[in-house]
Amino acid sequence: MVPKPQLLRILDFVTVVLLLIATGLVFFYAPIEAIMGNVQKVFYFHVASAWVGMLSFMVAAVVGILYLAREERKWDTIGLSSVEIGLIFSIIAVVSGSIWARPIWNTWWTWDPRLTTTTIMIFVYAAYFMLRSGIDDPDKMARFTAVYAIIGFVSVPLTFFSARLYRTIHPVIIGSNQPGATSSFEMTVSMQFVFFFSLITFTFIYLDLLWHRVRLGILQEKIIQLKMKLYD
Amino acid sequence: MKVLFAVVWKDMIMELRSREMLSAMLVFALLVVLIFNFAFELDATTRANTASGVLWVTFAFAGTLGLNRSMAMEKDYACLDGLLMAPVDRSAIFFGKVLGNFIFMVIVELIVLPIFSVLYGINLFHQGFIFVVLLGSLGYIIVGSLLSSMTVQTRTRDILLPILLFPVAIPIFIAAVRASRAFLVGTEMVEVMPYLNLLIVYDIVFFAVAYMVFDFIVQE
Repeated sequence: MVPKPQLLRILDFVTVVLLLIATGLVFFYAPIEAIMGNVQKVFYFHVASAWVGMLSFMVAAVVGILYLAREERKWDTIGLSSVEIGLIFSIIAVVSGSIWARPIWNTWWTWDPRLTTTTIMIFVYAAYFMLRSGIDDPDKMARFTAVYAIIGFVSVPLTFFSARLYRTIHPVIIGSNQPGATSSFEMTVSMQFVFFFSLITFTFIYLDLLWHRVRLGILQEKIIQLKMKLYD
Repeated sequence: MKVLFAVVWKDMIMELRSREMLSAMLVFALLVVLIFNFAFELDATTRANTASGVLWVTFAFAGTLGLNRSMAMEKDYACLDGLLMAPVDRSAIFFGKVLGNFIFMVIVELIVLPIFSVLYGINLFHQGFIFVVLLGSLGYIIVGSLLSSMTVQTRTRDILLPILLFPVAIPIFIAAVRASRAFLVGTEMVEVMPYLNLLIVYDIVFFAVAYMVFDFIVQE
């Protein structure tokens, strides 16, 4: 058993602390939004979750390229871990957005571009796991899933633009509501602070979970290798 | 280049001799059109609006059939191994398959479109419409060939291809359906251009990605 590295212990602690602070900030420090009321506070963790989703799929694509270039198992493990985490957080983002939408737009769902794109991303990465489970040879599995992670990620901006051509209803927080206006934050300073703090907190959560999951993956690899030695 | 056409020629000859794939794709496409007729209550105006959607669903499913068969043939008869042993550029083999699949899909579309026109009472022979169908099919086949070359090597072969392909091909569906509907209904070119641009960008991007990535799929 490889003991938990000191850095990981510190990261665990820092992440928990950040999350507690962020929750406190959201409930007690952030002002209550004028029009939407308390429900708006879902926004802080909702956007942060969506951000983690995007980040992890980007990491998966980059790591996929690295695997194809170097053929080292660790890249495959990191890719798998990243997609797992990304999938969960994307689902969290969509569900929390839906909860937010119900009182505000009076509907659980709309075919707004960002929502549509995130949902399609969820399907792409769920398919990633189906592809993974359909192949027995570990090298092939790693290569194919690396390729699929790249294809999936490349399709995301294209999906976003096509969905945006389709229609839009999502509130434009970053940037004015008029198309073509220069971007500006339509949030007060205290809201901005909590928003960025949440983003940073969730990034820490992502890194922490990723590190733990990668360690787990490396251990699983070791077990498989030991089993193979046993049956030789 | 010669390799590319050699691969296409091989596929054509095989298909000419057995005619399995084309007939399966064709019959399936027509059946889907038939089912859609009963699935929706379509009056004249709604038909013009939904025609492109129905067509693209049909092409998507028929295309999946063709892709599966095409790659399964390569794998089951060890054609792919034989091709890979030849001292030629791998991407030529891949794009030969792409071109072959594309030609089959276009043949099916060429037959389905007139029949669809007759059954639904809409004139589909607008050159913009045909152009969109070709552009969309090309993108669909490029990504589909890439993904089917992977899925054919898994256990859940046939089922897995649509699951992998459809989410990635959503931009094609959105853009192609919207653009083809615009041509049918008679919208201004300036409104259609963004969709066409998206299709072209999609085709180019995935052409490049396929070129770079295919080697890794078939290497041993």
